[in-house]
Amino acid sequence: MTLLQVVVGGLLLGAVYALFASGLTLIWGMMNFINFAHGEFVMLGMYAALLVVTWLGGGPALFALAAALVLFALGAAIYFGLIRHVLRGPMLAQILSTFGLALVLRYTAFWIFSANFVSLPQTALSGTLSIGGLLLPVPQLAAGVAALALTAGLHLLLTRTAVGSQLLAVAEDREAAMLVGIRPDRMQALAWGLAAGSAGLAGALMATAYPWSPSVGATFGLTAFITVTLGGFGSVPGALYAGLMVGAIQALSAYWLGPIYKDVVVYALFVALLWLRPQGLMGRA
Amino acid sequence: MSSDHWRRAGAALAVAALLAYPLAASSPYYLDIGVTVLLAAISASAWNILGGFAGQVSVGHGMFFGVGAYLPLLVYTLWGWPPMAGIPLGMLLAVGLAALIGAPTLRLTGHYFSMATIAVAELIRILVGTWGLVGAAIGLQGPATARGWWDLTFRDETPYYYIFLGVLAGVLALTHALQGRRLGYYMRAVKAGEAAARSLGVASRRTKLAALALSASLTALAGSLYVLKTGFVDPDSGFGILVSVQMVIVAALGGAGTLYGPLVGALILIPAQSWANSWLGGGGSGLTFVLYGGIIVLVARFEPGGLFELRRRMLRWRPERSRAA
Repeated sequence: MTLLQVVVGGLLLGAVYALFASGLTLIWGMMNFINFAHGEFVMLGMYAALLVVTWLGGGPALFALAAALVLFALGAAIYFGLIRHVLRGPMLAQILSTFGLALVLRYTAFWIFSANFVSLPQTALSGTLSIGGLLLPVPQLAAGVAALALTAGLHLLLTRTAVGSQLLAVAEDREAAMLVGIRPDRMQALAWGLAAGSAGLAGALMATAYPWSPSVGATFGLTAFITVTLGGFGSVPGALYAGLMVGAIQALSAYWLGPIYKDVVVYALFVALLWLRPQGLMGRA
Repeated sequence: MSSDHWRRAGAALAVAALLAYPLAASSPYYLDIGVTVLLAAISASAWNILGGFAGQVSVGHGMFFGVGAYLPLLVYTLWGWPPMAGIPLGMLLAVGLAALIGAPTLRLTGHYFSMATIAVAELIRILVGTWGLVGAAIGLQGPATARGWWDLTFRDETPYYYIFLGVLAGVLALTHALQGRRLGYYMRAVKAGEAAARSLGVASRRTKLAALALSASLTALAGSLYVLKTGFVDPDSGFGILVSVQMVIVAALGGAGTLYGPLVGALILIPAQSWANSWLGGGGSGLTFVLYGGIIVLVARFEPGGLFELRRRMLRWRPERSRAA
């Protein structure tokens, strides 16, 4: 029973991983570009939630929406101000641009909020739910379920709507998309907005359940990257399966080996995967 | 005088300035900045072989730096050997590590390779932090006072300055020699386009592995020098992500893939960092790293070739275009 409890807890967190990994995979799929600041977007989403709660009050729906909107705007602005200019440049410039961005965001947060761990004040989401003997803290449950729904929503947006088709068209062939009247710049900015927005939203959801500090972004960034690698680059459903798997593996290794080993096991599995299947678990060669 | 004479005179002046700096440095503070500049230049030059010349942007070179930093203090702590006996061991271990992780990661390209190197470095950092033999989270300590000259433990930093200067000269000479050799040409070919290089018969994987091994061993040497000077290392100062990042920034600021780029980058960034630290109230506030990140973003956005490229463009009318790598 305890084991089941551990696995369910891991899966709930894994759903949130899936949500922010989807953003990373979207950008990779469209632009062959890894955003090294992606984890920082998650971290900013957490602080955005904190600021909204302390200044405006309001429930999870409000601060999650606010975090998503703020990060959407930030993501689009970063695309126009920085990414657009390095996208055709040398690879070193591409890597440096988001890497430098990650440092700026992380240490600005460090400067403003200090290195201390903080958590959200009690929100409407508290207490524990007992389902068939499983004890589930409501914040974790809500975050996991919401993340699952939002990841599914993002997938539907990409595969079932006109905007999604336009995004995929730009990913498929930029020039051809321009010929049929799609503006690739707008679509790529939209992708950055969606990626950052979903990361911010994921951050706000996690903020309800876990304490954090400015340095969590580094870990989340790596987790997102590993999730995307496992799931195959460019695939939202892949990110979902992989995110759930990473969450469960983390929870089990923390349970069996001790909390410090939760990241170690995931990173080690990732390195092993590089040896055995460099194209990812679900990816094609 | 021709421009060649000017260049030679400038080089002689630069060498003289580097040699005379400890005599001119009015306080230990300035001497320490000089020593730190040299160390940053050595590690960034070591990174530059793989990241600059061969075009494989590693952001996990801290793993080699850390190995080099730990081994001297490990042989001292375990067996009481002089720390410098750990230098060749550290370099060897770094080459072994390079071979081990190079096989899978070098199959990856571009961003993917960079991210994978971060993951490996983080994995090692966390593991070292839990391993009692190497001091776990607390780290390792060197000899507090020298038992003899062979401990290379000096109160005054002047000897470190000249040792580091000698090593930097060696690393630069090696890099220069490499540029004119087959491996150097292969590395540039792989950087310019791996598929094309392979189609011309360049053994791209072997080239990348050789560049990684060389780069790793020299980075480990830099780590050893660092620890000889500080006499202390912990997982963050050895393997931390900021260690890896610093090498990339220093090299990229001066010009990745140029011989003197890392030295120029270090000459600018390290004093700037130390002044920022004293103005902004120490590293505690994190503003120094905001500055760091800001510099990288600006370099990437406006001058991805670094300051050397900027200079080359400003002097475009000169007949040195043919040297462009």
